[in-house]
Amino acid sequence: MKRFVYINDEFCRDSYCDNRISNTKYTLWNFLPKNLWEQFRRFMNQYFLLIACLQLWSSITPVSPATTWGPLAIIFIVSASKEAWDDYNRYLSDKKANERKVWVVNDGGIHIQIKAQDIHVGNIVWLHENDEIPCDLVLFGTSDPQGICYVETAALDGETDLKTRIIPSICASMPSEQLGKVKGLVECPNPDNDIRRFDANMRLFPPIIDNEKCPLTINNTLLQSCYLRYTEWACGVAVYTGNETKSGMSRGTADPKLTAADAMIDRLTVAIFMFQIVVVLVLGFAGNIWKDSQGLKQWYLLYPAEGTWYDVLIIPLRFELLCSIMIPISIKVTLDLAKSVYAKFIDWDEQMFDQETCTPAHSANTAISEDLGQVEYILSDKTGTLTENRMIFRRCCISGTLYGDNNGDALKDARLLDAVSSNDPDIVKFLMVMSLCNTVIPIKSNDGTISYKAQSQDEEALVAAASKLNMLLISKDSSAADICFNSCKLHYDLLDILEFTSDRKRMSVVVKDVQSGKILLLSKGADEAILCRCHQGQQIRNFLEAVEMYSQLGLRTLCLGWRELEEDEYEDWSKKFQDASCSLENREHKIAEVCHSLEKDLHILGVTAIEDRLQDGVPETIKLLKSAGINVWMLTGDKQNTAIQIGLLCNLITPEPKGHLLSINGKTEDDILRSLERTLVTMKSMPVTKDYAFVLDGCALEIILKHSKESFTRLAMLSRTAICCRMTPLQKAQLVGILKSVGYLTLGIGDGGNDVRMIQEANIGVGISGREGLQAARAADYSIGKFKFLQRLILVHGRYSYNRTAFISQYSFYKSLLICFIQILFSFLSGLSGTSLFNSTSLMAYNVFYTSLPVMTIIFDKDISEATVLQYPQILLYSQAGRLLNPSTFAGWFGQSVYHALVVFLTTVCAYADEKSEMEELSMVALSGCIWLQAFVVTLDTNSFTYPQIVLIWGNFVAFYMINLIVSAVPTLKMYTIMFRLCCQPSYWITMALIVAVGMGPVLAFRYLRNVYRPNAISILQQIEQNNENTQSTRTVESPLKSPGTYLTHLLNDQRSNRGASYQPLLSDSVESTR
Amino acid sequence: MDTSDSEGDSRKSNNKPKYSKFSQQELPACKPRLTPGTVVVAFSLIGVIFILIGLASLSASQEIVELVDRYDADCVPTGDKVGFIQNSETDKICTRTLTVPKHMKSPIHIYYQISGFYQNYRRYVKSRSDKQLRYKNDVHVTKDCHYEANTDDGAPIVPCGLIAWSMFNDTFAISVNKNTIEVNKKDIAWKSDKNNKFGSDIYPSNFQKGSLIGGAKLNESIPLSEQEDLIVWMRTAALPTFRKLYGRIETDIMANDQVTVVIQNNYNTYSFGGSKALVLSTTTWIGGKNNFIGVAYLTLGSLCLFLAMGFIVLYMVKRRTLGDPTYLSWNRDTLDHRY
Repeated sequence: MKRFVYINDEFCRDSYCDNRISNTKYTLWNFLPKNLWEQFRRFMNQYFLLIACLQLWSSITPVSPATTWGPLAIIFIVSASKEAWDDYNRYLSDKKANERKVWVVNDGGIHIQIKAQDIHVGNIVWLHENDEIPCDLVLFGTSDPQGICYVETAALDGETDLKTRIIPSICASMPSEQLGKVKGLVECPNPDNDIRRFDANMRLFPPIIDNEKCPLTINNTLLQSCYLRYTEWACGVAVYTGNETKSGMSRGTADPKLTAADAMIDRLTVAIFMFQIVVVLVLGFAGNIWKDSQGLKQWYLLYPAEGTWYDVLIIPLRFELLCSIMIPISIKVTLDLAKSVYAKFIDWDEQMFDQETCTPAHSANTAISEDLGQVEYILSDKTGTLTENRMIFRRCCISGTLYGDNNGDALKDARLLDAVSSNDPDIVKFLMVMSLCNTVIPIKSNDGTISYKAQSQDEEALVAAASKLNMLLISKDSSAADICFNSCKLHYDLLDILEFTSDRKRMSVVVKDVQSGKILLLSKGADEAILCRCHQGQQIRNFLEAVEMYSQLGLRTLCLGWRELEEDEYEDWSKKFQDASCSLENREHKIAEVCHSLEKDLHILGVTAIEDRLQDGVPETIKLLKSAGINVWMLTGDKQNTAIQIGLLCNLITPEPKGHLLSINGKTEDDILRSLERTLVTMKSMPVTKDYAFVLDGCALEIILKHSKESFTRLAMLSRTAICCRMTPLQKAQLVGILKSVGYLTLGIGDGGNDVRMIQEANIGVGISGREGLQAARAADYSIGKFKFLQRLILVHGRYSYNRTAFISQYSFYKSLLICFIQILFSFLSGLSGTSLFNSTSLMAYNVFYTSLPVMTIIFDKDISEATVLQYPQILLYSQAGRLLNPSTFAGWFGQSVYHALVVFLTTVCAYADEKSEMEELSMVALSGCIWLQAFVVTLDTNSFTYPQIVLIWGNFVAFYMINLIVSAVPTLKMYTIMFRLCCQPSYWITMALIVAVGMGPVLAFRYLRNVYRPNAISILQQIEQNNENTQSTRTVESPLKSPGTYLTHLLNDQRSNRGASYQPLLSDSVESTR
Repeated sequence: MDTSDSEGDSRKSNNKPKYSKFSQQELPACKPRLTPGTVVVAFSLIGVIFILIGLASLSASQEIVELVDRYDADCVPTGDKVGFIQNSETDKICTRTLTVPKHMKSPIHIYYQISGFYQNYRRYVKSRSDKQLRYKNDVHVTKDCHYEANTDDGAPIVPCGLIAWSMFNDTFAISVNKNTIEVNKKDIAWKSDKNNKFGSDIYPSNFQKGSLIGGAKLNESIPLSEQEDLIVWMRTAALPTFRKLYGRIETDIMANDQVTVVIQNNYNTYSFGGSKALVLSTTTWIGGKNNFIGVAYLTLGSLCLFLAMGFIVLYMVKRRTLGDPTYLSWNRDTLDHRY
């Protein structure tokens, strides 16, 4: 499917949409139905709606329908207004963009100003410096005589560097006054979201130019939402408008991620739902039997002998409604609120603020903080993530001579400086490749100094190094470059650029030396992409050794080569290249093939070695994360040796004899697969104390994934460390996928555009807002300034979030179950008729006010201090293995709710028997009993009290009495005078104390015994903390036995053997191993 | 470019999160831990306090003199009990004699106790119209009653519903040592009910006029707010065994006095196998006689003391250092492995 755009032609306008941008999800008319539809897609909401509808049937509802409709409406209104507000803001910003004034050229070639929304496909848009580009344009004129303009694409891809855009070759010679009158046809594909690709053609109509087809690429476009920079004016024809632009098409909301804790809560909800159904069926059945056997004898009930057909349903449905509170309606709201607070704590954290780049940590996704505390695998990018991505040219090898070996800095190596000043031809060529074979843009500032803008840090480092060695790149545009060597100027015509792709792993330029008229091919790239393409006679052993040595030192290497081209050869090739560039289908592949045909028989000039230092804190962070039981894999596009060196430097892999690195490699497919099997066998048989890792490269991975994915998955499960080099972005994402498929919780961390897929694929994506732009940070769930902040993000924020969510969710069920069990117990004393003990107001307030506020205090709770967590990172195992939220801990809460319901109910019924057994009073006594227990349960489970917690827990308690006293003062209500009456009775207060003592005493005793005699790791650490506080300085230094690192291997092994069997009761801390 | 950069810088430096103890989660916190000391002290303290409260409640409960006389079985002839009670022609008078064991100080409360009667049954408990009872204009609002709401010709029954319809109708005449004693039936209902829940301008009408007669009939010349027996009955009980206040005796009764009660045994508890009893009881601060609280407190108090003692013994026998890192699972496993 193609789109034909007639330039500046009134007649073709209507076939495409105008430039009105709309990011809104709703319109005024469809808001209500659409929003309701979206909300009702959740199971919980459907459930509550069903309950609410059943409540409308007055003969079955135990309480007034308001108890469900009220909270349901509140929940709906809250989320709907949030949506509406967001949507309204989107509408406002759209409106602002739509009504912005832009200059267009009308039919008669006159410039007029119109609103951005009125631009149509085919219009010529005239832009000035610093204008935002209103729609996708094909550039055909700029103020620059070379036809170049600069755009800032940060809003589109997050990359902050300037990009060059160039006018199509056929427009090159057009005078600027002609531009408004251009007529022509642009043939382009239908709108898509690929911001790196635009395979189109353009033809201009006579009289201006003859109708030769000219290829267009992304370099000829100006895309919507970018900015025009350093260019006085530019003009282009609108090809995609409105929501059909590349940026418009690539917008879209990702599916919300569900955390492991959420999934567990959902499972528990379903289990409770099943339980509820069983209870309802049993009680409903029993109720019907009671009615038939006893009810008819109870003359005061006036049961008719013959009922209606649906009578048999009434009692079960009443119980369904009575038990519907088992699933707490408030849990979703409470958790959402808690999660947004966790996210805020991350945003606010001063210790995760990067002073250097002034970036705070940010959580873009507020819903998944708990997952951070359960991370099992970290897949990390290397460059820019572990390293600083600040490239410095350190060493080089030119025709067999190694420079920079003595002092570690080639730029200060006297031999090299001598060679430069003596115009050594090899050195000159080497420097020429360094400064010309790249996509760097030199920018001359007013005071004459030249700075370089580049998309690749390596290129910038090379050009900067060359300029220090007297090979200065002065200016450069799309067709020519000036360099100055030893103060003599050289002029080159730039003929073609054979761009870098991650598949080719090299780039080349074809230049023409203006002085000599020679055509040269200059190439640089990875060693395996360059060295194998050298010409027959050349010895490349030197270079291989140099590459080997440099990568041993952890340096990034590039090989440089060149070749002189014959005129004919170039002409031939140029035609093919032109054809390939014009093709609309499969263009990338065709271009790669053509390039391949030219890049051969190279003279290898030498090897450059660039240093990329580790970020500070990286080795410590990785050590800590590994001892926290997290497996760290490094996925990099770099060479194997470099990667291994970096791995050693940053503690990722342990050197022999403690560590062992297994390499999976081979020349043929069979070799690789055999190597994989061998590694697998070795891993299985080796003693657990050894810290092994495997290393493999992209090619091997490709073959393995094709033939033996299963073995690899097994290997992945066994290996806690891995180094994967030469990975493509897709492969990084595939590795994440493999780990996810076996149920591991993965965290992807990276900084560049090549990590985006991995970040999006992983359960948690973390982006480093680094030098390669913000692309990764934007796609990520969390963005941080430095890798070292990851330890805080996981160990502090992730762990606390998990602990808090575990408590909040289980507590929500506990309190709902508590009140529900009391209702069920009461039904045994009310003839199984489904009478509610509590009145509607109390039931509603119980869920919405009395019990949701105290539980929120837990978002301020810390079980152990941050310092202790960082000192004993192994404690993360607790949250990682899901020890605080799983069916067995939930069973504990379930049991507690049954016990407390029994305590509250039996105590109330015994203390308020006989003449006191008045319905309203008894119900209020039971309710107060619940509230008292709640306060003490929260108190007992709080580990550290800060003032908001104390205020909320006890304030809520006071509020309960205030509210009920106020309600008791309203004469029309059933509750009238009840609370006053109770407060005056000594027996009421005595009963409350009894309920608390019976309810909490055993829990307290049990906790105490467990903490002292079967302590879990958390309570031991709490005790350690307390000892430290008590005996501040007298604390002895820990014996080496206790240092975390020593037991790493054990721990990890235990964790592994425990996985799957997974759920251990909270009570037993012993990690049983299968040894 | 320069300006935009400096703008950027100032914007960036503002990015720094504002420091506050709250946002950094560094609020001063108190961290109580369960150490042997605190736990033993807490349990002993609670034990002592509970035993004291328990003794106080128990003695208060013991002070109360309570006479319970179940009369339902003895007040009907053996045979067709239901037939007897439902027959309006039979003589249902029944005389009971009780001996007072201890001095009973006035006021002495007279309760009737019914068991096996489900006032909390849903069908029953909902069958009332609070509006009708309160507001004169709403006497026709009988929808909430569902049953016994209107007469056959559609006139509203006041008070409507099953609760009112099934009102208790046994009567008790009490004499001590052959001297008739007046039973004070004033102020037996809650004041708040009389003033705010039952209208003083609403009179019973069409009540118990249907084909089925439930319980008591009401004097149509007395407004609802003064029908205290009805008001008491309408305060539904939450449990199937309940006592309701019948009246008070304002004079003391001495020990060994003979109390004679003449019962008009009208109310049908026979068809559902319930029981009826008459209760004479004095009160103290704790309310009526109820040993439960005292016993529960004493039991709990002694359990707490026992536990505290147990903890001490356990602490002596099996010493554990709190917060010893060697107990940490990861350290422990290694030790096991090594040795």
